[in-house]
Amino acid sequence: MKGQYFLPLFALTTAMFAAAPFVIANAPYESTMLLVQKIFYFHVPSWFVMFSAIFISGIYSVIYLVKGDRKADQIAAAAAEIAVIFGVMGLVTGPLWGRKAWGVWWQWDAKLTMALLLEMIFLGYQLVRRYGGPGSDKMSAALAVFGMVNVPFVYWSVNIWRTVHPKTSVVPTLGPGMFGAFWFSVLSFMLLFSLLLTLRLRLERQRAVLDELYLAEEP
Amino acid sequence: MTMLKQTITIFVSIFLLAMPLLAMQPPTGAAQEGFVPIDQLPPSEQLPAAPLLITAYAFVWVLLMVYLWSIAKRLGKVETEIQSLQRRSAGSGR
Repeated sequence: MKGQYFLPLFALTTAMFAAAPFVIANAPYESTMLLVQKIFYFHVPSWFVMFSAIFISGIYSVIYLVKGDRKADQIAAAAAEIAVIFGVMGLVTGPLWGRKAWGVWWQWDAKLTMALLLEMIFLGYQLVRRYGGPGSDKMSAALAVFGMVNVPFVYWSVNIWRTVHPKTSVVPTLGPGMFGAFWFSVLSFMLLFSLLLTLRLRLERQRAVLDELYLAEEP
Repeated sequence: MTMLKQTITIFVSIFLLAMPLLAMQPPTGAAQEGFVPIDQLPPSEQLPAAPLLITAYAFVWVLLMVYLWSIAKRLGKVETEIQSLQRRSAGSGR
């Protein structure tokens, strides 16, 4: 992202996040879960961002594995870290919602277990990249591709297997008040994602510059 | 001997008959005999939703702030190191 777009986008995202609590508070209550259902407005967008980050990481990892393009690897690494952050967000806000809605913090059903495994794949990505030594970039790229393939299974698991988790039909059938608040939250989270990705990518690029400077210093 | 046998039989019978009475425990308060339905939980028994919602919302904000701080810190460190290396290489005339 060019510098001229960064500040307006930053201002817009901040304004949307400041307005989000009011938009969510004004959304109607769900008839059975009542107040706690409002966790939905940041639980689901956090998974949207995680899945988007995983797709970006996976696609650029494929490009890196096929073409050996270092820039693709930098984008993949930046997106993979953001996927972990938003995965943690989803895995913490979900049980807080489930405690009230289901009476338990956690269920080892298909959806929740696969989501946890997806998070662990991308935690594995970080560990391989940090401690894997030479060649760890390619190993982590392979992990990202593996994680990307897992995403559709996580998403559609609620429709395939019996689970306590709400199905994918919930979002398309949202009522008028809920629909607007939900997509407002999704847009806010996606803008935030683009900002975080820009910042995190800058870190990867500066690290590459630093590596080149160290290599140039060697006799 | 017959008298002794009769006495023992009587005592054992009394003991066995008394066992269910001895085994009886004071009531625990838990519904063991039957369940009585009610329409609504008393307020003291309901799990409040607001603390869960506030915790979730606060967690999202804290996590994002910590992550932003972490990126800024790492970026600052790398850029300082780049500047230091550039100065060093400029000083050595490379």
